[in-house]
Amino acid sequence: MLAKGIRIEGLKKRYGSGDTAVDALRGVDMQVDPGEVVGLVGPSGSGKSTLLKCLGAVIEPTAGRMILGDTTIYDNGWKVNDLRALRRDKIGFIFQAPYLIPFLDVTDNVALLPMLAGVANGEARQRARELFQALDVEHRAKAMPSQLSGGEQQRVAIARGLINRPPVILADEPTAPLDSTRALAVIRILNDMARKFETAIIIVTHDEKIIPTFKRIYHIRDGVTYEEAGEGRAFE
Amino acid sequence: MISLAGRDIMHAWGKFVFTGMGLGLLIGVTLSMAGIYRGMVDDAKALLDNSGADLWVVQKDTLGPYAEPSSIYDDTWRAIRGMPGVARTANVTYLTMQVRQGDRDVRTMVTGVTAGESGTPGWPPYLVAGRQITRGHYEAVADIATKFKLGDRLQIRRNHYTVVGLTRRMVSSGGDPMVFIPLKDAQEAQFLKDNDAIHQQRRRTAANPSFNRPQVPGLLDSVIASQSTNPYVNAVLVQIEPGHSPDLVAESIRRWKRLTVYTRSQMEEILVGKLIATSAKQIAMFLVILSVVSSAIVAFIIYTLTLGKIREIAVLKLIGTKNRTIVGLIMQQSIALGLIGFVVGKITATLLMAPIFPKYVLLEPLDSVIGFVAVVVICILASIIAIRAALKVDPAEAIGG
Repeated sequence: MLAKGIRIEGLKKRYGSGDTAVDALRGVDMQVDPGEVVGLVGPSGSGKSTLLKCLGAVIEPTAGRMILGDTTIYDNGWKVNDLRALRRDKIGFIFQAPYLIPFLDVTDNVALLPMLAGVANGEARQRARELFQALDVEHRAKAMPSQLSGGEQQRVAIARGLINRPPVILADEPTAPLDSTRALAVIRILNDMARKFETAIIIVTHDEKIIPTFKRIYHIRDGVTYEEAGEGRAFE
Repeated sequence: MISLAGRDIMHAWGKFVFTGMGLGLLIGVTLSMAGIYRGMVDDAKALLDNSGADLWVVQKDTLGPYAEPSSIYDDTWRAIRGMPGVARTANVTYLTMQVRQGDRDVRTMVTGVTAGESGTPGWPPYLVAGRQITRGHYEAVADIATKFKLGDRLQIRRNHYTVVGLTRRMVSSGGDPMVFIPLKDAQEAQFLKDNDAIHQQRRRTAANPSFNRPQVPGLLDSVIASQSTNPYVNAVLVQIEPGHSPDLVAESIRRWKRLTVYTRSQMEEILVGKLIATSAKQIAMFLVILSVVSSAIVAFIIYTLTLGKIREIAVLKLIGTKNRTIVGLIMQQSIALGLIGFVVGKITATLLMAPIFPKYVLLEPLDSVIGFVAVVVICILASIIAIRAALKVDPAEAIGG
């Protein structure tokens, strides 16, 4: 039994009911260990986004089980009362676009999350500075998001996903807007961070450039996942 | 904790401040409207205060002398003066008209006051320049709002008057500045006709066999003489002796002299409740309309600002921000917009609108406090639509798919 990471068993999600019901997930099984980065790939309409939303406690599955770290968060019904607190404290999100808050500077964009969780201002900013060093954006700490390059914005978004040291990070096509060099750089950073912080990272992608970097890949088609060993190609 | 509302405002402060200034001009108009109403009430009270009267004796069953025409004989004061509790009485006439001075004319309330001394009912209680009227004819004391100066020659009807004194805040209930002239001149001014009209009237009287009877010598001359004099005044102003009840003295005059008498509170009710009631209702309607328009503008601005942040709000909700933090973001911005608007509005009303407005604008501190509270309440209510929109945002929107 894992002490961290995420495991899902027989996860189902049905939209609608009766004749118009659509089974977006038909019994998904998945396990991602701490420090591991796995890919989740599949064509449009395969259920990737639905799975991501279920994992992110944004929508409620219809059936199945989800275990986050050593806590069962879903077992044919939510087992936690405060889903927002769950998302804030246990799950990191990295989006296709960075979606930084435009009116907060880089430090505040990242430090906001621990502050929302009740961490003191000074400590939250210290945590943000440590991440900026690790992600090589400490020189941009006072900049506004509009002053950053696309790669810098995505690194700040990664810092935001990591700041609360969540056991799992869900990344929704984080390299889509980037060229191959920057995309591979982002994947390398995510791998480094996963190892450093013992975080399980699930990356949803169709990006052919980064698929060879995964050691394990979950293919999803018609709401069912198939696990496959990846190439795990080394970064240049 | 970071102030999200403050950071958002500072991020686009120019847009926010300019929007607040636009709203402020509207609030300025609203405060000025309240000030105009207060000014009207104050004008009415000033008229009563400055008359120095405790009672107004007027024609029976009229609301005179300010709200309705009133005529009583100019010797009525003698009978009233002798009644118990009456200290002083004075005839008075009021006539609103254009007074000419050189090439210009000014709308004024010409007030005829009896000869006497300072403190006589109807007299201006104080002067800012010059002296009171001392001669029986052709002298005038004018309010400085007329912009007349000492020594100016005024034309009222066919006669000319010299300004010998200037006073301040002596206005009619409509806000027209007052010009005081001797009572006899004022009585004449009220009924004085031009030469042609007098000639016509005499000819008509002479042609009337009832007045032109050869067997009654002197009758025609007597009738013509009576037609060319005015024995009426509009009211008798009464000051009562200390220790006497105005209500009891008024009741006594009503009973024994068969005239209508108003006390200070009754006259105030007539002026405020009847004479300026329609204007007050119009202003009240304007205040309501302006408040509704202000609310709609604030609601629209805040709603638009919120719609522009839908993605950020979805991200905030996804990363675990509580609803109250998001509500605080929107409501604080709405209140901040209102505060900027109120400050701009107060400055606009005080420094720009009040000094140049043709009517007296009285901006009372209590009205400002009420206005401030109203702005805050309106901003809170106006933010509800935007808050509802924000709370409906699905955090899943941040993930896409």
